[in-house]
Amino acid sequence: MEIFLDSIKNSIYKFSRNKVSIIGFFMVAMVIIVAIFAPLLAPYPKAAGAFIDFSNASKPPSRAHFFGTDVVGRDILSRVMFAFRGALIMGLGVIAAIVPFGVLVGLFAGYYYGTWIDTVVMRITDIFVTLPALLLALAVASFGRPSLFNSMMAVAFAWWPFYARLTYSMASSVRNETFVKAAQTIGAHKAHIIFKEILPNCLAPIFTKMALEIGWVILVGATLSFVGLGEQPPTAALGTMVSDGAQYLPAQWWISLFPALAICFMILAFNLLGDGVKSMLSTEVL
Amino acid sequence: MEELLKVDNLKKYFPVNMGSISHRRKIVDLKAVDGVSFYLNQQETLALVGESGSGKSTVAGTIMGLYRATGGKIWFRNMEISMTDITKRPLSLKKEIQTVFQDPGTSLNPRRTIGQSLEVPLRVHNMVGKGKVKEKIEELLATVELPANYMSKYPRTVGGGERQLVAIARAVAVSPSLIILDEPTSALDESVQAKIISMLVKLQADLNLSYLFITHNLGLVRNMATRVEIMYLGKIYESASTMDFFTKPLHPYTQMLLSSIPVISDEERKLKPKQITSTGEIPNPVDVPPGCGFNPRCPFKLERCSRDDPPSVEVTSGHVVKCFLYNES
Repeated sequence: MEIFLDSIKNSIYKFSRNKVSIIGFFMVAMVIIVAIFAPLLAPYPKAAGAFIDFSNASKPPSRAHFFGTDVVGRDILSRVMFAFRGALIMGLGVIAAIVPFGVLVGLFAGYYYGTWIDTVVMRITDIFVTLPALLLALAVASFGRPSLFNSMMAVAFAWWPFYARLTYSMASSVRNETFVKAAQTIGAHKAHIIFKEILPNCLAPIFTKMALEIGWVILVGATLSFVGLGEQPPTAALGTMVSDGAQYLPAQWWISLFPALAICFMILAFNLLGDGVKSMLSTEVL
Repeated sequence: MEELLKVDNLKKYFPVNMGSISHRRKIVDLKAVDGVSFYLNQQETLALVGESGSGKSTVAGTIMGLYRATGGKIWFRNMEISMTDITKRPLSLKKEIQTVFQDPGTSLNPRRTIGQSLEVPLRVHNMVGKGKVKEKIEELLATVELPANYMSKYPRTVGGGERQLVAIARAVAVSPSLIILDEPTSALDESVQAKIISMLVKLQADLNLSYLFITHNLGLVRNMATRVEIMYLGKIYESASTMDFFTKPLHPYTQMLLSSIPVISDEERKLKPKQITSTGEIPNPVDVPPGCGFNPRCPFKLERCSRDDPPSVEVTSGHVVKCFLYNES
C-alpha cells in the first residue's frame, strides 16, 4: 500500500515537472466540467436546442451574449458549452473503443512475429492504413444516417490500425527480450507471456498516443460534422456551427470564430495533457 | 555419481544469407556448435569455457530448448530432449532445467515487481497453495539473503548484484535439478561477482543442484567448477578436471588462455604454465579454416594441422584433448 501511494506520488511529480502539462490538465478538467454541467452553467440553456429568437439574431459579442448570437438568435456561448458534450463523447468514446481492439490485434501479430499469422493480420491492417483516415471516415459515415454514433463508428473504423501498428512494433521487439525467454524457460503459458510480460512493456507509448490523439479525434469528428455527417441540427455540434457561420463571413465573424476557437482549445488541452502523460510514464528513476 | 545431463555430438547450424544485393541468395550454414559431447553428473559443476563466438551460449540455448538441435542428442536423466523446442517440452521437464541469464537487467521484466516475477514459477508449477505464495516469496528472498520488502520493488530500483540474486531465487523457486548459468557474473561489477559466486556455491550444497556454468572468466572456473570443457569454434578442444586443467593444461589454446589471466605478483606468475602470447582472434564461424580450427593462431602448428582435423584423444584418465601434438604418444 505504501509502495502504491509512493508510485502515485512519483507519477504526480513526474507529470507536474512539465508545467505546461498542468495547464493542459486544468484545460481538460474545465472542458469536462463545462460539458457535464452545461445545463447549469450555460447562460441560455434553451439555445442548445431548436430555439428561435429573431429579435436577437446575429448580435455581435456583447455583455449579454459574450460570443454573440447566431442567425436565429441563439446564444453561441451556450451552444459551444453544449457542443463540448458531443465532442468529448466523440474523442473519449472513439479512443476507448479502438485502443483495446488495436492493441489486441497488434499484440497478437507481434507475438507471432515472422509467422503467417503476423503476415495475414498486419497486411489487413496495412490496407486500412493506406486509405487516408478522413476519406475512409467520410465514406463510412455517408453509408448510414448521419448521427453522432455513426460518425464515431466511422472514425473508429479508420483509426484503429494505427494502434495495431504501434503495438505490433513494440510487441515484436519486446518478445525478443531476455525476460520473455526467461518466462518461456520457466514454463509460463502464452497468455501470461502476451498479457503479463509483453503488454506492460508496450503500454507507455500507447497511453501517450491516446492522450495526444483524443484532440485529433475531436478534430476529425468536427470535420465530419462540418460536412454534415456528424450530429444533426438542432443539437449543437462544433463543426456544424463553424460551417453554418461560414456563409456569413466575414461580416458576422463571431458565428464561426468562437466554435472554431473552442475546437482549438480542446485539441490544445488534450495535447498538453498528453505531454504530461508522456513524461509521467517514462521509466527513468528520479 | 548419477549422470544428469549428457550431450552427444550436438550440432546447431544457423542458416546465414551470404549473398549481396547484386548477387543471388547464397545460404551458408553458420556452424555455431559442431559436434559437441560432454556429460554432467549430479551435483557437479561443469564449466563450459570459450571466447565470444565459440558457441558456448548456443549449447546452453539448445539445452534450454530455445533452439532446436540440427543434429546430435541431448539426454536429461535418460530422456531424449534434443528435438523438442521450448513450446513442446512437458512442464515437468521445464521445471527440472532452470536458467540464470547473463544480464539481470534484461532477464527480469522492468514493468513487474520482484515479487510478481518470483510468483510466475510458483504459479506455473503449482509449487505452493494459493494462500501461501506470498510466504514462499519471502522465503525465497531470504534464501538469497534479500529482505522481504524487496518483493514490492521494481528491478531497476535495486543494484545489479541484488537483481542477479533475484534471478537466482527465481531459478531455484521450482527446486530444479539443473541450473544453466549463462555467464551469470559477466554483466556485474567485480565487487559483487564474489557474492553471487559464493551464493551459487552455497545453494548448490543446500539444494543438491547441478550447474552448467558458461563463462569466459577462468578465475571463476577455478572457484566453482568440478570439470572444465574448453570450447573453440563450436568444438570441444580440451576436457579435464579443474585440477588437471589448471596444473597440466595440454592444448596450446588452453595454455594461451591460462597465460592470458592477468597476475599482479611474481609468485602468481611462477604458478602459471608456460607463457604463450595470444595472437589473432577467433575466426568467423561461417568461414572455418581447414584442418584444426585453431591452426591459424597456434604457435606449435604442424604441417598436418592445416590439412586434417585432429581427433580427440584421452591422454590421462578423464583428460581429453583434441590436438595432434598428443596423438603420437
